[in-house]
Amino acid sequence: MTSLLDVNGLTKTFGGLVAVNNVTIQIQARSISAIIGPNGAGKTTLFNLLTGIYQPDKGSVVFAGKGLVGLRPDQVNAAGMTRTFQSIRLFHNMTVLENVMVGMHARLRVSLLQTLFRPPAFGRQEAHVRQRASELLRFVGLGGRGDEISRNLPYGDQRRIELARALAGDPKLILLDEPTAGMNPNESETAMNLFRRVRDDLGVTVVLIEHDMKVVMGISEHISVLDYGEKIAEGTPAEIRSNQRVIEAYLGRRAASEHPPLPAS
Amino acid sequence: MTAIPSSLSPLAALRRLYRQPLIAGGVLLAYVALALLLLLNLDRRDVWFPQYTMLVFPLIVFAPFLVLESPLPTLAKGLSLALLLGVAVPLIGIYDSTYLELMIQISIFSALALGLNIVVGFAGLLDLGYIAFFAVGAYIWAVFTSVADTIFRTGFEFAPLTIGGNTLIAGFNVAPMAVAGTGLITVGSITLPLHAFYLFIFFGVLLAAVAGILLGLPVLRLRGDYLAIVTLGFGEIIRVLFNNLGEPGNITNGAQGLHGVMQPGSAFLIDPVNGIAGVMGVTLRTPAPVASQMLFYFLAIGIVGLIILLAQRLDNSPIGRAWTAIREDEVAAIAMGVPLVRMKLLAFATGAACAGAVGVLYAAKQTFVSPESFSLLQSINILAMVIVGGMGGIKGALLGASIVTLLNLHVLTNFALQINALRNIDYVIPAGSLFLTLALVTALVLYIIWRSTRSIYDAGQQLRSRLTGSVITLVLAGLLATRIVDFHIADWPSQLTPDKYQRFVFGILLVLMMLFRPEGLLPSARRKLELHREETVHEAEDIPDLDQRKTDDDFAAGR
Repeated sequence: MTSLLDVNGLTKTFGGLVAVNNVTIQIQARSISAIIGPNGAGKTTLFNLLTGIYQPDKGSVVFAGKGLVGLRPDQVNAAGMTRTFQSIRLFHNMTVLENVMVGMHARLRVSLLQTLFRPPAFGRQEAHVRQRASELLRFVGLGGRGDEISRNLPYGDQRRIELARALAGDPKLILLDEPTAGMNPNESETAMNLFRRVRDDLGVTVVLIEHDMKVVMGISEHISVLDYGEKIAEGTPAEIRSNQRVIEAYLGRRAASEHPPLPAS
Repeated sequence: MTAIPSSLSPLAALRRLYRQPLIAGGVLLAYVALALLLLLNLDRRDVWFPQYTMLVFPLIVFAPFLVLESPLPTLAKGLSLALLLGVAVPLIGIYDSTYLELMIQISIFSALALGLNIVVGFAGLLDLGYIAFFAVGAYIWAVFTSVADTIFRTGFEFAPLTIGGNTLIAGFNVAPMAVAGTGLITVGSITLPLHAFYLFIFFGVLLAAVAGILLGLPVLRLRGDYLAIVTLGFGEIIRVLFNNLGEPGNITNGAQGLHGVMQPGSAFLIDPVNGIAGVMGVTLRTPAPVASQMLFYFLAIGIVGLIILLAQRLDNSPIGRAWTAIREDEVAAIAMGVPLVRMKLLAFATGAACAGAVGVLYAAKQTFVSPESFSLLQSINILAMVIVGGMGGIKGALLGASIVTLLNLHVLTNFALQINALRNIDYVIPAGSLFLTLALVTALVLYIIWRSTRSIYDAGQQLRSRLTGSVITLVLAGLLATRIVDFHIADWPSQLTPDKYQRFVFGILLVLMMLFRPEGLLPSARRKLELHREETVHEAEDIPDLDQRKTDDDFAAGR
């Protein structure tokens, strides 16, 4: 079986701190996977390594048959891997629609001459961009709100814009960094349904970092657990729930020995 | 009886009336007619002439902006602008060519402000060395056409370059250039007609764009203050380079600058200019310089027009969106597929290209180019234009350039001239009018401050009553002061003529702008939002404190 994303022995150190240590992960196409771990386990660093924001010290990242190590973030995006951010990083003073339109940049023909002389192709592309962005906004449930300034939307909706913006580049895989942080249980439930639709309707593989165990256990088909930069376990939600090392990582060794396995969702 | 709604103040009622295109058109027509009438009736021999021209000419300069901001339909706007800039201004120019000169200066600075606005306003890259690109454009024309003894004029000889007996580059000679004034540009064996000037505008664009990319390459990783410092250094390097390329091979004539730079032929305009002057009843003693000014004026507004088109098309395109995204959040932009390097270099290059084009024009118009014209102060001047007008907006950059140029070259200069004129006739200001004016001006300033502070501090009740009190006191003081002595203009200290404290006035203007209208006079919608965040955000309390949840990883990612 071939995987869409093949991470092998990825290592990154900051000074003396080994943030990600020899991590190997396979992500199957059209799956929903989660990466969990206590705070500071290196989850976001792993995302930053995958998307080219950091360059790894060692290891390889093969995505859809293409090596990604050494590529710039925009090239990674063009290759079909995109992401959202832990703390929302929208273009706050642009409209909701413009945010999503920027997300399509890598898929566009951007030429100075075309921009200045405006052949019909330019107008067609702009119309297409606008239409596709509106479609995506409808998909995430923000239809008709494209002209609002994104900063003025409530927190939950800003997360949706970020998702639509990431989806705008027609990715094969989307990395979601704590997508339900700060949401109440109801909102989390809606968000989970949205993530499922991203996979089912758009065929995009989803990888998420999440702390909310209800979300993790409810949505993921495969879970990898990081602790102190190392992968300590992986498997199905049921396997992870009963994994002794995972429980120790989250609760500490002594507490773990007195504590029952993590609750089912 | 139908009463006017009490909520409608007289000012608001007038504004509502002005929103009707017909009424607005009439008002604008009357405004322009009045301004023209006033301007064309000024008499240079009048001792009060500087004061009148100081007040009246800006009315003409602001007319296009009033047209742009008016509710007229687009076609009517375009037509009015064409009439204003294409007919009214040239007519004024024939009547008195100093006005044409001012309009050329305003156009040149408008082009610079628009170009810098692409870099700073659109892409958010603070550039303090922008004038360097203007210098590149100016020098490329001046070096080849100046009458100064550069190597191009005296001819030059390259000794063969040999290392260890091997000749790397064979020696060669370049013949001296043809004598200036023949209407031909000769460099070595290449001879071009003077019309090559228009080709050189294109070269200026190319060379400045290349310089822009050269500046861009080393600063790609820098942001904000760091970027500003490096660009500042780059601007100085270019200036010092031109200052020192005087020897051993004299290319730029060093600090003395290049004089006698050629101008493109404008003889074909002499007859039309004379004809129009005849119709106006003006006799031109020397029509040739007027014709040449006329040519430069139309070239300058043509270039400005093209740059406006360029800026609009760039702003409203994937490139413009990418620039805004970079300005807002670089990390998010690159993660969303925006190629940071390409987009930043593009911003530097297009911005620089604008300066290059207008630099060639400047060199020909001034017929003199020296490194002194391209100091850091000029870069800051242009940045100030962009800021005063409103960063990120095209109309803003134009307005900023107009205001700052008018202030520097017209208003303050004429104020100084006025004081000198009055000093010469030993004019005495009656104490009464002097103090009354002072009191009124003070009252006005305090009122403006009161208005502004009201919007800033809602709990300013106390401050407000205090200010109202001081206004009344000052007015009373002014009235009482009518009994105090008369003021002899001759007593005005010569250290205090306005042209000597231009930068001071300029500084005050900037400080006031930043305090009361940081988004500029005609801000782009987006800039306005950025600066008035607290007024538009709602439901802010629903947003959890993100900073506290930020992990070290995220911090390292560049937050």
